[in-house]
Amino acid sequence: MSQLPWITILTLLPLLGGAAILLSGNEKTPWPRRLALGVCLGVLGLAVWMAAHFDGASAAPQFEERHDWIPALAVEYRAGVDGLSVLMVLLTALLAPMAVLASWGVSRRPPLYFALMLWLQAGLLGTFTALNFFHWFLYWELSLIPAFFLIRLWGGARRGEAATQFFVYTMAGSVTLLLAFLALFLATGKFDLLELAGLGRSGALAPALARELGWSEAAARGGMLVIFGGVLLGFAVKTPMMPFHSWLPLTYAEAPTGVTMLLTGALSKMGMYGFLRILLPIFPGQTRQALTPLLWLTVAGIVISAGAALAQRDLKRVFAWSSINHLGYCLLGTFVLLRPGGGLAQPELEQSAALAGVLLQMFNHGLTAALLFWFTGLLARRAGGRRDLEDFGGLRRVAPVFCGLMGIAIFSSLGLPGLNGFISEFLIFKGVFPLAPWAAAASLAGLLLTAIFLLNLLQKVFNGPLAERWRGFPDLTWGERLATAPAIALLLVIGVYPQLFLRLVNGAVAGFVNQLRF
Amino acid sequence: MLAWTIYFSFAAALALGCLPERRAAAARRLALLAALAGLAAAVAGALRVAPGTVAVLADAAWIPSLGIRYQLAADGLSVTLALLTGLAGVAGVLFSWNIERRTPEFFALYFALLGGVYGVFLSQDLFLLFVFYEIAIIPKYFLIAIWGSTRREYGAMKLALYSFAGSALVFAGMLILYVAAGARTMNLPELAAVDFPRGLQLWVFPLVFAGFGVLAGLWPFHTWAPTGHVAAPTAASMLLAGVVMKLGAYGCLRVAMGLMPLGLADWASPVLGLASWRELFALLAVAGIVYGALAALVQGDFKFVIGYSSVSHMGFVLLGLMTLQITGLSGAALQMFSHGIIAGLLFAVVGRMIYDRAHTRDLGALAGLQLGAALPFAAVSFTLAAAAAMGLPGFSGFVAELQVLVGAWRASPVLAVATGFGILAGVAYSIRVLQRAFFPGPAERAGNPPPAAPLVPAPITAPERLGAVLLITVSVAVGLFPQLLLRWIVPALHAPWFERLLQGGRL
Amino acid sequence: MNGAAYLELLGQVAPETVMVLTVLAVLAADALALRELSGPYRKLLLALIGSAGCLVAAGWLAGFPADANWLEGVFVSDALARGVKIGLLALTAATLLLAVETGPAEHPGEYAALVLLAALGMLFLVSSEDLLMIFVSLELTSLCLYALAGFDKACPRSAEAGLKYFLVGGVSAAFTLYGFSLLYGVSGGLRLEEVAAALRQSGGQPVFILALALAAIGFAFKVAAVPLQFWAPDVYQGAPAPSAALIASGSKVAGFFVFARILSAGFADTAIHREMVLLLALLAGASMILGNLAALVQSSVRRLLAYSAIAHAGYLLLGILAVPRAGLAALMYYALTYALAALGAFGVVALVERHTGGSSMTDFDGLRRRSPLLSLAMLVFMLSLAGIPPLAGFFGKFYVFATVLQTSGLGGLPLALVILALALSAVSLYYYLLVLKRIYVQPASPLASKPIPLSLSGALVLVLALLVVLLGCLPELLLRPLASGAAIH
Repeated sequence: MSQLPWITILTLLPLLGGAAILLSGNEKTPWPRRLALGVCLGVLGLAVWMAAHFDGASAAPQFEERHDWIPALAVEYRAGVDGLSVLMVLLTALLAPMAVLASWGVSRRPPLYFALMLWLQAGLLGTFTALNFFHWFLYWELSLIPAFFLIRLWGGARRGEAATQFFVYTMAGSVTLLLAFLALFLATGKFDLLELAGLGRSGALAPALARELGWSEAAARGGMLVIFGGVLLGFAVKTPMMPFHSWLPLTYAEAPTGVTMLLTGALSKMGMYGFLRILLPIFPGQTRQALTPLLWLTVAGIVISAGAALAQRDLKRVFAWSSINHLGYCLLGTFVLLRPGGGLAQPELEQSAALAGVLLQMFNHGLTAALLFWFTGLLARRAGGRRDLEDFGGLRRVAPVFCGLMGIAIFSSLGLPGLNGFISEFLIFKGVFPLAPWAAAASLAGLLLTAIFLLNLLQKVFNGPLAERWRGFPDLTWGERLATAPAIALLLVIGVYPQLFLRLVNGAVAGFVNQLRF
Repeated sequence: MLAWTIYFSFAAALALGCLPERRAAAARRLALLAALAGLAAAVAGALRVAPGTVAVLADAAWIPSLGIRYQLAADGLSVTLALLTGLAGVAGVLFSWNIERRTPEFFALYFALLGGVYGVFLSQDLFLLFVFYEIAIIPKYFLIAIWGSTRREYGAMKLALYSFAGSALVFAGMLILYVAAGARTMNLPELAAVDFPRGLQLWVFPLVFAGFGVLAGLWPFHTWAPTGHVAAPTAASMLLAGVVMKLGAYGCLRVAMGLMPLGLADWASPVLGLASWRELFALLAVAGIVYGALAALVQGDFKFVIGYSSVSHMGFVLLGLMTLQITGLSGAALQMFSHGIIAGLLFAVVGRMIYDRAHTRDLGALAGLQLGAALPFAAVSFTLAAAAAMGLPGFSGFVAELQVLVGAWRASPVLAVATGFGILAGVAYSIRVLQRAFFPGPAERAGNPPPAAPLVPAPITAPERLGAVLLITVSVAVGLFPQLLLRWIVPALHAPWFERLLQGGRL
Repeated sequence: MNGAAYLELLGQVAPETVMVLTVLAVLAADALALRELSGPYRKLLLALIGSAGCLVAAGWLAGFPADANWLEGVFVSDALARGVKIGLLALTAATLLLAVETGPAEHPGEYAALVLLAALGMLFLVSSEDLLMIFVSLELTSLCLYALAGFDKACPRSAEAGLKYFLVGGVSAAFTLYGFSLLYGVSGGLRLEEVAAALRQSGGQPVFILALALAAIGFAFKVAAVPLQFWAPDVYQGAPAPSAALIASGSKVAGFFVFARILSAGFADTAIHREMVLLLALLAGASMILGNLAALVQSSVRRLLAYSAIAHAGYLLLGILAVPRAGLAALMYYALTYALAALGAFGVVALVERHTGGSSMTDFDGLRRRSPLLSLAMLVFMLSLAGIPPLAGFFGKFYVFATVLQTSGLGGLPLALVILALALSAVSLYYYLLVLKRIYVQPASPLASKPIPLSLSGALVLVLALLVVLLGCLPELLLRPLASGAAIH
């Protein structure tokens, strides 16, 4: 492995690329988008190269960089990639060029648009690689600003409301997160995520808090629960987890296509990633205490969101609710990790399956949901902005390629065997069933509803009588086919050869599960 | 070297005051030169002050019969704030380039104010500090009353009277301490070494703290701030929010808390559930944070939003002071610097870039003007400034607020949580003005039809660009590398001066 | 006493003698030689002669310092008294020069002579520790000032001012005399020392309190303190400007000096000290409150200055409280620098009146454009009166309040008074700023927008402003002589 600071390069590349685009700044030429695509492909190449050199068997962070930063606050610059984050880095690197391609036709101030897009990507990559709270939070927040402006300036009719809701909700979560971490810092004098996790596992946080604040042991335990709540809120809003999801449907519906792809594909994973990287390792005890209500909330989220998706008529909203639904499976898989597997012979096996499923599901959902929003965007563009379920019908006949490819994505989302979604959901449920049978059973209702609304959607849009006005509905152009093809291919590849990615996370899964069993 | 910042400023004030009124261009150039000279002296001087030491800059007998000396010295806090003053001074000149009326006079008063501010930060003698402190009051009045806008005479008078009332409290406290210490010395370290009786400290401390607190925007004595800021011309708002409010906070720390650490100790018996002045002032600071943010949320005048935001941000400084431990105190010091830069930028955008072109600051009217498209530079500057102001990481405000919050957690988790609410309200008002003023959607535009003739604003001039870039760069640089300043601040707080404060503060 | 002793006395009272001669010279020159000259030159020459006399007298005091005590307190000369006398002479000279341009048009010779005679009275006042002598000097000064106040015969306001001043002054002089006679009656002596000694022995008879209170009333009139302040606004407004300036400056300095001597230095350790302090505190507090609050609503700058003078009398009375312990230095520093600022402010007012026709607030509109230097001087005076550093008024306040706080044995009274004074001085900034707002912020009215040329009086005002700045920045210049004098005293 070379000594170059690859992660910093990976993060800075889009950051500087965005600045370059903005400074080159000509609105009329195609250069901004070309430059953006170039940078994204460069990042993708780098990410793939890193994945190729990644040792999936090890649980330790790799490509690690560590430098002193703010000695007064014990802040270090510490970045690295491990099994929890490697798929997320790959996903982000993969989604960004897709989002750029999906935004090829942006006509209003393209330089700014693409610059913001790249900065958003930089924020994501930074979040997924940071191992110190300080710059992790920096990137976490940094990704908000470009997202806000992308929604605000290029969104739909209710973009003002959407952007504000998105921003204020997420900031509310961030503030509680920040306050919680400051309390941790106060107790331990550390901002390092891995070191904090070590302390959290050994149960040293509450006594430290008691010592620093002069509280009683019991009060400190209560305080830790409050701190846990703050962190939980931050991630729950971002993911989102019911009942903190209310910003999402509007935001996804109003954001421009490329942005929605990044939002649902990668931004929502920041929350999930936070659960895995921060919440569970640092607060295992507290999570256990709150486990039952959390599981109930998750299950309720799965079922309610599927039901809500069924009731929607706007395609984008359907997929937005479906996103909440799919992330619900991830949450389910994550929370059951802490269920006591008392009656089981080898609970680690089930836990490993669930965790691997969650990691893969995060990747899969990112890819699939991004594709779905992309296709919806293409559909709406062809239909002059219409994207109501009832507006269409029989498109299969006039646009077979479009319907075929979008169909693959829908079936992937639905969890059809042979496609990627099946593998990850299967793994999750394989873990959940033995660990929390009632939750798994209840979630099946959600699975069923998902099948219903997706099939309903297929039926209404692709089949049925073709409306007169869609007779001239153009099929996908070759350019569009080429652009979407790699992602579709990936859906199939993972579906038949999941080991391609699963081998990257094996070490981390084993390490994570081991650490839970103290 | 640092002492020259004071001399440069007053010399510039004198020279500019002698310049005939029609020599506006020469006045501007001279002003820029003087501001740059001040900044250069501040930077060069700062580099000579080794962290953790106190560099004596000047020491001479002044009024020997009363034991008063002309004594200038700099430690890490002084250095930080002198640097801030230098930066704010340069930026203020750049954003005043379009002052056409009575230009030399404007800059003369500007530099008189600046000289006073430098003087306060560098004084080592309480009497001298107070002299500089009061010198800064009068130029403010004239800057606002002559070159201001909305209700300028009211705003100016209110500001002057509040400042003066505050300084009367300080004056009283200073006299009492001087007499109690035997009327032999005004030297700050010597006074700090005197063991004033606890009873005395307990009642003089609030006097002095509140007196300085008036200028620092301590709630509920903050009401001069919004009206004063709004009425002031751009450069004056920048200095006012940027450095003058810091005078108050600096005085709170250096004089009130430094000389009377026992004033923060617990009272004999709790009153209304509060056990000490420390708790009371911490509560007021949080009230300021939350109240300022909420008030900013409902303002219709763009500049009032920024004015109230200053109250909110200064609340962080005061809260940091009341934590009485290194992290919180250094956070407060860093927040002083950070807010100075950020508030300067905010006022520059609103007062200079927007108001001087659109001639309105009404958020509703601005919504009709499409400023985001018409003045992209202003929009970008304001966005960055707003991001910095709401405490996003990567900007200077974040590290500062982070440290303050760490301190607040220790002092009282309830306060920390209330502060979190204030931060959130801060986000909300930043987003609100950002949307209304620069990126209005159909909803905001509905009631405000665009003007008959579309606004074709004059392009943003080079000085404005320079000033904005300067301030943004500094904020980001400090945000990413707070060590730049913390290397001075933290050792300064470990000085014997604050030792007793840090010990006296533990609840 | 033999001839040699008389010669020595003449040496001691040489400055006073010079002043008497100057009065005669002025009158003679005016009557014999200067009638033929046109107005301005005549006035100028008279002022020059008078100032020269003041200069010689001051020079004598500075050049040949000698302590003396003649006839057991009838004429006392010490360092402090000499310092104050030099200050008084300077103020007198400045008044004379100011009168060249702004004094009454008629009878300039008599006017100058009256000013000099008033100054002579003040010089004797400063030098006496004998009740009778004090009263005589006081009356000499007062009578001249009555005449000076009503000197402008063409102006009914001036006549009214003179009459009012005279009536109130006469009544209060009667009080003073009554008080003095009571003191004489119970103590059997006229010298302050004797009176004090009798007081100490008597153990605080009520009659002493009555006597001192009566005397205090007379002095309250002299320094325009409550309860005998009500003449001040009318006199300040109606009297010719130089007269008002002298009443506000020189008369006040001399009055406070002797007041402090009688009330505090003489009776510091006596049984009725406490009662006297309370009386003083009451007068001081009432003066500060009344002066500052009433000044807020004035529309005439002269009346504003009058109320400000009442307020400052309150601050100075506060200073008297501290005299027993800290000496007269702080009080005299304050009184002298206040006198400089008040004189200067009246100078500016007089010049503005001359070129604009009035002295209401609106007449100052846009003065900055008409005369930047006068405006600057007014800025200095107003801010010094308000107590803004680095001007002399600030240091004066600091010094006086610091000495007041150092007085022991009075409980929380000094502190309460100082805090009251500080609070009211914050209030006072408001009305001083109102004047400055007129000058710097308001545009000039089109009716009166002609520039005011710089003249002799203007230059004088600038010198005064410069002095105020200088003494503020380097208070040691005035402090050292005062402090050394006070120490000897």
